[in-house]
Amino acid sequence: MEELLKINNLDVKFDTDEGRITAVENISLSVKQGEVLGIVGESGSGKSVTAKAIMQLNPGNTIYNDDAEIIIDGENVIKFTSKEDLMKIRGGKVSMIFQEPMASFAPAIKIGDQMVEQLLLHKNIKKDEAKTISLDMLTRVGITDTEKRFNQYAFELSGGMRQRAMIAMALSTMPKLLLADEPTTALDVTIQAQVLKLMKDIIKEYKMGVIFITHDLGVIAQTADQIAVMYLGCVVEKGPVNEILKNPKHPYTKGLIAALPDVNNLEAPLKPIPGNIPSPLERPTGCVFRTRCPHPTKEGKEGKIDMKLVEVEPGHWVDQCGAKCG
Amino acid sequence: MSDNLISVNNVCVNFDYQENFISKKQKIHAVQNINIKIKKGSFFGLVGESGSGKTTLGRAILGANKISSGNVIFHDDDKDYDLTTISKDELKEYRKKAQLIFQDPYAALSPRMTVRDIIAEPLEVMKITKNKQETDERVREIASKCRLNLEHLRRFPHAFSGGQRQRISIARALVSSPKFIVADESVAALDVSIQADILNLLKNLRKELNLTYLFISHDLSVVAHVCDVVAVMYLGHIVELAPSKELFNNPKHSYTKALLSSIPSIDPEKQSKAIELTGEIPSAMNPPSGCVFKTRCPNPGHDCKGGDIEMGLIEVSPGHWVDQCCVISK
Ligand SMILES: Nc1ncnc2c1ncn2[C@@H]1O[C@H](COP(=O)(O)OP(=O)(O)OP(=O)(O)O)[C@@H](O)[C@H]1O
Ligand SMILES: Nc1ncnc2c1ncn2[C@@H]1O[C@H](COP(=O)(O)OP(=O)(O)OP(=O)(O)O)[C@@H](O)[C@H]1O
Ligand code: SF4
Ligand SMILES: [Mg+2]
Ligand SMILES: [Mg+2]
Repeated sequence: MEELLKINNLDVKFDTDEGRITAVENISLSVKQGEVLGIVGESGSGKSVTAKAIMQLNPGNTIYNDDAEIIIDGENVIKFTSKEDLMKIRGGKVSMIFQEPMASFAPAIKIGDQMVEQLLLHKNIKKDEAKTISLDMLTRVGITDTEKRFNQYAFELSGGMRQRAMIAMALSTMPKLLLADEPTTALDVTIQAQVLKLMKDIIKEYKMGVIFITHDLGVIAQTADQIAVMYLGCVVEKGPVNEILKNPKHPYTKGLIAALPDVNNLEAPLKPIPGNIPSPLERPTGCVFRTRCPHPTKEGKEGKIDMKLVEVEPGHWVDQCGAKCG
Repeated sequence: MSDNLISVNNVCVNFDYQENFISKKQKIHAVQNINIKIKKGSFFGLVGESGSGKTTLGRAILGANKISSGNVIFHDDDKDYDLTTISKDELKEYRKKAQLIFQDPYAALSPRMTVRDIIAEPLEVMKITKNKQETDERVREIASKCRLNLEHLRRFPHAFSGGQRQRISIARALVSSPKFIVADESVAALDVSIQADILNLLKNLRKELNLTYLFISHDLSVVAHVCDVVAVMYLGHIVELAPSKELFNNPKHSYTKALLSSIPSIDPEKQSKAIELTGEIPSAMNPPSGCVFKTRCPNPGHDCKGGDIEMGLIEVSPGHWVDQCCVISK
């Protein structure tokens, strides 16, 4: 199937009082039509920053490298500057479900008005049509009393309802590419299952491409086709989701899987990956994971192996340093 | 002296809803008739449906939400605080003893303040320390307990990862030496490894600082590992309450069973055993009579549909409480 999104060699840096922070370093990812790419990784690994780069939503102190490409429908959107061009991606071809639903609703405007306004902006439809679509979407994400919720403000909804309203709003414009940043973290598992099913149906029906960001490997296993594991701004492993979860090669991916709480053994202690994530101001040279690697090779530990993905099985890519250690 | 730190007695919290200023006022029944006791030193878990009233209940216990009826009592060593009759001065005292750890470590920390100032702020606002030196000492002490590097104190929050920021918010919540902590989805946004790390930290601090927690979470596998007792909420009601091992091994309520079966797993086989719920999620403005779960229940008993059996917990085995409808109707 056709490639909808292609990210090539993207770096994202931020200028701050304390110096330049590297949030994302040299990542390349792609999403086909109808495909779900799951991104997992530690807090601060650069998942949200990557998604925001696609929408060109990172703040003014952001610096992209000159040779970075983010290609959607054949156009390099990273070079977009005009308002018209940006409108084509934001809410048009691309929709985003934000990690903080509170931040994505204007506090003083009713939920319904925001949904309608967004539809009117991007679709050639009338107001009552927009309202019908919005109410229908709210129902489909499992919200009841939709007419009433429509007239409420974001702060009046519970965390999970806000998140579902956000999902409804993002799906209502039927984007080609959906960026979902932790879309179901605030939902209880039964509603999560319901919402995931709805998302999968809509993705299939409209052949959307999706980037699904979550720290929940169980959710990834249920929804994604491909997975990319990020650590400190780098992709350390990527490939088909079943292959990676069954046969992880990178010590970080292995650590994440081992840290999953075991519901069948409540006595077992929780097993975090030892050590702390370095501050983005103190990125290790060479393999970014080497300060926490349980069984590093000698060269790896000394930072002598540069980061570079190598293909270990067809479609299964691992950072070359991580592929060598235990 | 009571073994309990908190008693919640028949608490209801309602919010008013008005479509526009000419229409009739309606009530959202966010929390209905809740009775719980939180033992000193325990890790009390609260799980449940989104919108079921967990945050509202947590805020009510902290005195941050008005209680519509019933009362909440905080049993301190030397005196009881009744939150329904509490005076302004007492409320100030209470705020030092009961703290909230925010859900979102990104939004909760002001980007313009150094980590030291963020942690010190409660001390200064509540006038707990007398001078800057005392404040600094206290900040350093709590920071190292939360495994923050002292050199980090001069930095601004953006230089930290989510896990470290979460530790900063924990340090901020703990700096006033509270006895009771409400952690509302405090680890939801963190990856499993950091979650485990922070939960271990909370567990250790509980012993070290004599803390009691109300731990609100969607993640049942996490709750199972850290909590002593778990209450399951649905649409404003507690439908089941039991020691966590008992709840996980022997769930009685149909909603609890559905919840436990739906925990996402990386094992596709387990996934297929999830009990799928269908049916309308009822509204908190117009809850159904009788069992509030009946509109989505996969296996309602004969008497459930009638809705004549009022909601209320009964004890089915020591410490294991289940909504009576679910017991009687079967
Ligand atoms: N505007 C900014 N200025 C400076 N640093 C920033 C800015 N935005 C993000 N960062 C830094 O970039 C890094 C990546 O952040 P990002 O939000 O992408 O993490 P994430 O992977 O989404 O984490 P989480 O799972 O916690 O949401 C972090 O170290 C963060 O502190
Ligand atoms: N300030 C408010 N005004 C009106 N209604 C409110 C307000 N705060 C909460 N509610 C309503 O009370 C009910 C319970 O909300 P609450 O936030 O306690 O749920 P929750 O269990 O924490 O859900 P979640 O898991 O989604 O965070 C919801 O119906 C919500 O819309
Ligand atoms: S009381 Fe009846 S309807 Fe309610 S959960 Fe139990 S069996 Fe289902
Ligand atoms: Mg993020
Ligand atoms: Mg909540």
